[in-house]
Amino acid sequence: MSDYIIHVENLSKYYVIGHQRRKDDGLRHAIEAALRSPLQWWRHRKQSIAKEHEEFWALKDVSFNVKQGEVVGIIGRNGAGKSTLLKILSRITEPTSGSIRLKGRVASLLEVGTGFHPELTGRENIFLNGAILGMSRVEIKRKFDEIVAFSEVEKFLDTPVKRYSSGMYVRLAFAVAAHLEPEILIIDEVLAVGDTAFQKKCLGKMGEVARGGRTVLFVSHNMAIMRQLCTAGLMLNQGQIVKSGLIGEVVDNYLTVEVSCEGHWRRADPLPKEPGIYFESVTVFNHRNEPAGHLDVTKDFTIEIKMEATDIIRKGQIALGIVNKEGTIVLTTCNCDAAREYTPIEAGRHLFRVNIPGNFLAPDTYFLRIASHAPHIQLFDLLEDKISFSIEDTGSLRSLFRDERRGVVQPLLNWTDEHST
Amino acid sequence: MNELIIEAGRSERQYWRDLWKYRELFLFLAWRDLLIRYKQTAVGIVWAIIRPALTVLALTMITKVGKLPTGGLPPALFTAAAILPWQFFAAALSESGNSLVINSNLISKVYFPRLIVPASSIITSFVDFLITAAFVTILLFWYHFLPPIMIWWLPVFVLMVFVVSLGAGLWIAALMVKYRDFRFIVPFIVSYGVLISPVVLKTSSFSGAWRLVYSINPLVGIIDGFRWCILGGLNTLYWPGLMMSVLGTVLLLTSGIWYFRKTERTFADII
Repeated sequence: MSDYIIHVENLSKYYVIGHQRRKDDGLRHAIEAALRSPLQWWRHRKQSIAKEHEEFWALKDVSFNVKQGEVVGIIGRNGAGKSTLLKILSRITEPTSGSIRLKGRVASLLEVGTGFHPELTGRENIFLNGAILGMSRVEIKRKFDEIVAFSEVEKFLDTPVKRYSSGMYVRLAFAVAAHLEPEILIIDEVLAVGDTAFQKKCLGKMGEVARGGRTVLFVSHNMAIMRQLCTAGLMLNQGQIVKSGLIGEVVDNYLTVEVSCEGHWRRADPLPKEPGIYFESVTVFNHRNEPAGHLDVTKDFTIEIKMEATDIIRKGQIALGIVNKEGTIVLTTCNCDAAREYTPIEAGRHLFRVNIPGNFLAPDTYFLRIASHAPHIQLFDLLEDKISFSIEDTGSLRSLFRDERRGVVQPLLNWTDEHST
Repeated sequence: MNELIIEAGRSERQYWRDLWKYRELFLFLAWRDLLIRYKQTAVGIVWAIIRPALTVLALTMITKVGKLPTGGLPPALFTAAAILPWQFFAAALSESGNSLVINSNLISKVYFPRLIVPASSIITSFVDFLITAAFVTILLFWYHFLPPIMIWWLPVFVLMVFVVSLGAGLWIAALMVKYRDFRFIVPFIVSYGVLISPVVLKTSSFSGAWRLVYSINPLVGIIDGFRWCILGGLNTLYWPGLMMSVLGTVLLLTSGIWYFRKTERTFADII
């Protein structure tokens, strides 16, 4: 145990969610309840909390060890518990149970530019931000020139940062953070900012930090960066560690297990009895009308939604969202978009089909979010991240020209050239 | 290499050591608040004079018109000596009360002992206090008034008003994290407090037992103390009331720290 720099044992954390705001938040309710019947209020205080609130385990029995000099990538879907783990490790919030032993100074970077004040100049913010991240004044002074050089904002050092462009702001903020010298560095997804050139510079700096023998814990959704930077990996799912080991194995596991690209979902439990619209199954069909999870980027495909309305719903709506791996919602479409008003959905079984054109979505993995609801009134059914499919690069523009195209869509557009000499 | 252990309910042991370790952050936050305080204002730091000057003017007029007893002192001096601690308390209470919510991005993204935030926010009010003190000094010169020998006791009362403000500020700051209602309660305390504290009133107007009851408000003893130090003369100290003030001050600070520490661990989750 002694050669571990981070030793985590049975770490758990739960949050109270759901009805939190309904009843006993707000001072008025607390006072009102206490005044009305003081005794009862006191007696029921504990019980009512348990009854009204729903527990949500963000982390459950997480144990792992990190050796000195390891760079550990933490992988998982949104809501898997990554951020909670980092927050506990950096002492922002307390665990509910379990323990962590850390040997050495910890610095955490959960956000770029924490504590930057828009009214202060670049110079002043370097000192302020440095102090917030745990550097001493002497240390900041010593590294000041280095930080300024890295940030490339020399000329604007005495300008309030509210006049900075967002790129300059991020560069300055990252420059301060990059010059921290703790034994343990904790980084949340902060590299997804700035332009490509600066991102590369940041990655280079991070690699340098890692090679310098420091221990780094790192969260990112970018598997390429993970493979490049990390030595070990840790995969979380619903607050539990499902895989740990070498980074290559963990990333592969993540891509195959988490993102299975089945393109199909079927309800396992019986339909609810209450009036509403409930999904039975969802299937993705490729352009040859075969059920498929992997689709050709140049071809169209169809999403088929089978559902049952247990009663007539006068103002019902079926909404479908396509979300990419990073969690960006690429598009949202509804069954009544064309009619421009909510149309009644008759009782009985329905089969909706949506056709998505080819040469539209960029090659990536996508998740479907499908909801049936009466807008502003009631949500009947929601499928979130249950169905995934991948758009495969088969001689698309990207591979043809071997360039790095950015963007979530990749349409084939008409270009014209009116040439004259 | 020192080992850090994180466990539920364990932060106590390292807390006070951390507070010392983060003393530079305390200074940096105070420095930041001072720097930004008068940014983009036309007259800047002059506001620190204008506000007490106008308050003294208004209250002097009330005292004169209402013919309130001032113990034979010029009404301007009588009110200025009370405005000095009162304004500091009022400003410090509002600043520190709001400090955690204003700095919520820090609370939810970085670790440091949270006590630093409300404590450092009081420093700005203290700088204003010093400027007001300079203003009061000018007033004393204007009236050719030489403070009595008791003026050397003034630091004791400055310390007391500082501690009262910090104690009350910690309570409000911690409560504000969960109950934003205090955003409305604080201005109310401030505007109501000026009436029930002896800013225009003279404590000796109360007789016997009532005076003791009146002294439950710790600011009563402090404001009287300021008057006694600066103006001396007829403003004799009322010892039972002063003792109540000292007791109230200590109680407010210790309970403030206790409540703040108790709720601190959940700040990041609910702010």
